[in-house]
Amino acid sequence: MERTHHKQEINMTETLMNRINELISHYPEDKKKSALLPVLHEVQDAHDNWLSIELMDKVAEILEILPIEVYEVATFYTMFNLKPIGKYMFEFCQTSCCCLRGTEDLMDYTCEKLGVGIGETTPDGLFEVRGVECLGACGYAPMMQLGDFYKEHLTREKIDQLIADCRDNKIILHDK
Amino acid sequence: MKVTIDGQEIEVAPGTTILQAARMIGGESVPPAMCYYSKLDKTGGKCRCCLVEVAKGSDADPRPMPKLMASCVTGCMDGMEVNSKNSERVREARQSVTEFLLINHPLDCPICDQAGECDLQDLSFEHGKSKTRFIEEKRTFEPEDIGPNIQLHMNRCILCQRCVAVADQLTDNRVHGVLDRGDHANISTCISKAIDNEFSGNMIDVCPVGALTDKTFRFKSRVWFNKPFNAHRECTTPGCCGKTTVWMFGNEIQRVTGRKDQYHEVEGFICNTCRFDKKEVSDWVIEGPRKFDKDSVINQNNYTREMDTVHIATEEGILKGRAEDRKKISMTAIPLDQKEQEEFKNGNL
Amino acid sequence: MSQKILLDKINVPGIKTYEVYRREGGYASVEKALKSMTPDDVVEEVKKSGLRGRGGAGFPAGMKWSFIDKKSGKPRHLVCNADESEPGTFKDRYLMEFIPHLLIEGMITSSFALGANRSYIYIRGEYMWVFKILERAIAEAKAAGWLGKNILGTGYDLELHVHCGAGAYICGEETALIESLEGKRGNPRIKPPFPAVSGLWANPTVVNNVETIAAVPWIVNNSGDDYAKIGIGRSTGTKLISASGNVKNPGVYEIELGLSVDEFMNSDEYLGGMSSNRPLKALVPGGSSVPILPADLIFKTANGEDRLMTYESLSDGGFATGSMLGSGGFIVYDDTACIVRNTWNFSRFYHHESCGQCTPCREGTGWLEKVLWRIENGQGREEDIDLLWSIQSKIEGNTICPLGDAASWPVAAAIRHFREEFEYHVRFPERIKNRDHFVNEPFEKVRHLIAKQTV
Repeated sequence: MERTHHKQEINMTETLMNRINELISHYPEDKKKSALLPVLHEVQDAHDNWLSIELMDKVAEILEILPIEVYEVATFYTMFNLKPIGKYMFEFCQTSCCCLRGTEDLMDYTCEKLGVGIGETTPDGLFEVRGVECLGACGYAPMMQLGDFYKEHLTREKIDQLIADCRDNKIILHDK
Repeated sequence: MKVTIDGQEIEVAPGTTILQAARMIGGESVPPAMCYYSKLDKTGGKCRCCLVEVAKGSDADPRPMPKLMASCVTGCMDGMEVNSKNSERVREARQSVTEFLLINHPLDCPICDQAGECDLQDLSFEHGKSKTRFIEEKRTFEPEDIGPNIQLHMNRCILCQRCVAVADQLTDNRVHGVLDRGDHANISTCISKAIDNEFSGNMIDVCPVGALTDKTFRFKSRVWFNKPFNAHRECTTPGCCGKTTVWMFGNEIQRVTGRKDQYHEVEGFICNTCRFDKKEVSDWVIEGPRKFDKDSVINQNNYTREMDTVHIATEEGILKGRAEDRKKISMTAIPLDQKEQEEFKNGNL
Repeated sequence: MSQKILLDKINVPGIKTYEVYRREGGYASVEKALKSMTPDDVVEEVKKSGLRGRGGAGFPAGMKWSFIDKKSGKPRHLVCNADESEPGTFKDRYLMEFIPHLLIEGMITSSFALGANRSYIYIRGEYMWVFKILERAIAEAKAAGWLGKNILGTGYDLELHVHCGAGAYICGEETALIESLEGKRGNPRIKPPFPAVSGLWANPTVVNNVETIAAVPWIVNNSGDDYAKIGIGRSTGTKLISASGNVKNPGVYEIELGLSVDEFMNSDEYLGGMSSNRPLKALVPGGSSVPILPADLIFKTANGEDRLMTYESLSDGGFATGSMLGSGGFIVYDDTACIVRNTWNFSRFYHHESCGQCTPCREGTGWLEKVLWRIENGQGREEDIDLLWSIQSKIEGNTICPLGDAASWPVAAAIRHFREEFEYHVRFPERIKNRDHFVNEPFEKVRHLIAKQTV
């Protein structure tokens, strides 16, 4: 399928490379490919939360595999983003158990407040609202994933607070 | 080892699959196979067309297997009893799989180069229905250019993954694969890169449908207007068997393919030079005309016989197309007169 | 109070840390197993315990362990399935987040039993913070000498690592999980060969759920027989239940198998009844893929016996009038819930999560979703209900892995028990325009509209 390709500045810092090498060391020497998923998570986190073709090619080079092997994997798993996305991505769980607790209304509320539709990014590039499938927090619904963390038992007030905190740069996305 | 398929007994070596055993017996008991390809490793098990019923597991453990089994990846056991064509359950399952394969298929056989030698057509003829129960919008994919020799039509693909196995097995630098997931999984290079390996053309031969077709033959002819001849040449490409079928129209070679057996598998893989560049009769030693099945489409052009009036056994008015599509057709550049318009609406034009 | 095996220490302050966990008697099972038992002794205890796989299928864990190929001499692996993604299930995350060392202790003891020297915990990518918790806990355990070379001077070596997925429900299927661990797409493998013979990197591998492995330390510390005394019949021990939906106290509960559904549902110790004064309408007792039960089959089986929280009782009556314990995802619906909408939602989930490898699942799950979406949005046709039934029956049993079955069963059960609701949607499209159509006008109030008219 024809895809649009976006440019990305690649910065493989020493910290990142150290972490990648640590992850690779978790698998037998001739099974470097096994580290693919954890490594993709790390490079994505370090590159504005998305993976360009160039970045995936870089990962292929590090793991000594074919680029297509990385593309195949990156397109299979939903957590890898293949184009630039909003900095704060509100990923609402929209599977049944959460819907029983009012997720759909809350998603409508969030979209309205941010002035975007589901799957859209705000013009300032800060926010994106998505509906995703079961995140394994059914008893704490409604909930969303923001970066590496879950925000649970959500209410309209909590959403307002979260949006304000994001704007004030008070939200930590990744646990490094 | 002894195995019985549809009541016919055969001795097979350990490690033989049910499908291979059935092919040894031959005839109507042979399950259809859309993804399995005996010349390619790690193919099979995916399309579910070859499901069979194992009524008796083996002499040692005679219990029947509760689920239908994919015969192409299930090994024979001594004393195993299998029902293929004889089982109502199997027939139903094959009908189901056929229906599933067709719901999102574009059904564009009239403009498809594969028509006439398409495994999906054969499968539909045997197990399909002329009516559809699918009224939803069909899934479609953005087209991708994968180079000057091969045309990729993702909408027709059934994801057998044989072409991926070809690249894995015959080349050392695969550039295409299966991307995305679920019903949007697709064959792609992801970066619209030309698949320009010397053996890439074999993807066309192993493709059971019209998803991968020969660009050098594109829209040149229907396959049944060609006359196939077996031919060979002294090919110097390492790994190329040099034995092909050339498809001729008069004295012109319109297409070169691998030489296929009764299960539509090539006898040996050929290189792109043989396939795409050698289109002169002088390039080839022609061995003679190929045999073809009496009931094949290709046969239709080879014997003259009295034709009956064609009756299309399908839904009323299928030639009109769907109402919602007809609305989209606007032909203001060619105005129709009142009568013609009326006829057009009724689908008689 | 029923006995707690997994969660008895959960409220001890600081149990997340190695020091507190150890002080509370943690890692005793590793000491006991490595110093005083043979691997086969451990397998034997687990067999005696009757512990069944807690991931959903309920296959006896000890028996699964005994299938591992030891003759080939290839390295063996234990992989913990922490890819918890079945809608309605969130118990493993609770264990790993709040008492991570219990899982690590279980992994060491179980790896010893299997003779595995390299083991992995495969956790879903969305649980990234839990991934980090486990990484830190493993480092603590390693520093304390419970992992690495020559553990406790016994000569047993074990490397344990956490591996994260990246958003794919299908990776909870054990062969897809192995593929994913090898850095590939999560496509389930064709079986045979089974992982016990050829799993991770073609080596003999056992894949067990988090909760299964977490139960092993208790079994080793006490005995298989002691474990088997808890519970009823072939449903031995305790089970974590994740409760969600319209109940008063959703959350994770450890119950002794054999507790009645009624008590679990209504006693204050557990769910405390419904979250509002609306009546109970339906229950999914074991995660989204198991059949939904209508109100009259929840507390009593079709024979009029008490419905218990056991593998056997929940499946009593087969699919006609029963369901399954599955992974213990207990989803409760009150009468504001629309079964058609819920079924569509589940179908969307399976459509989204199908790997796309085999035909019936790839094509069928999408078809189911599209038809259900039309019905839910007032564009259904009378024949669509039978069409749905037909599609699900054509997927079930014809796929490579159980995802096809998991996608079919909820649709079949919804039609079996709630056909009238589908008919209502088809016949009164204007009444179901809004997604909260049953909030003000529950189905019981409109049921008469679709009753057969007799003149």
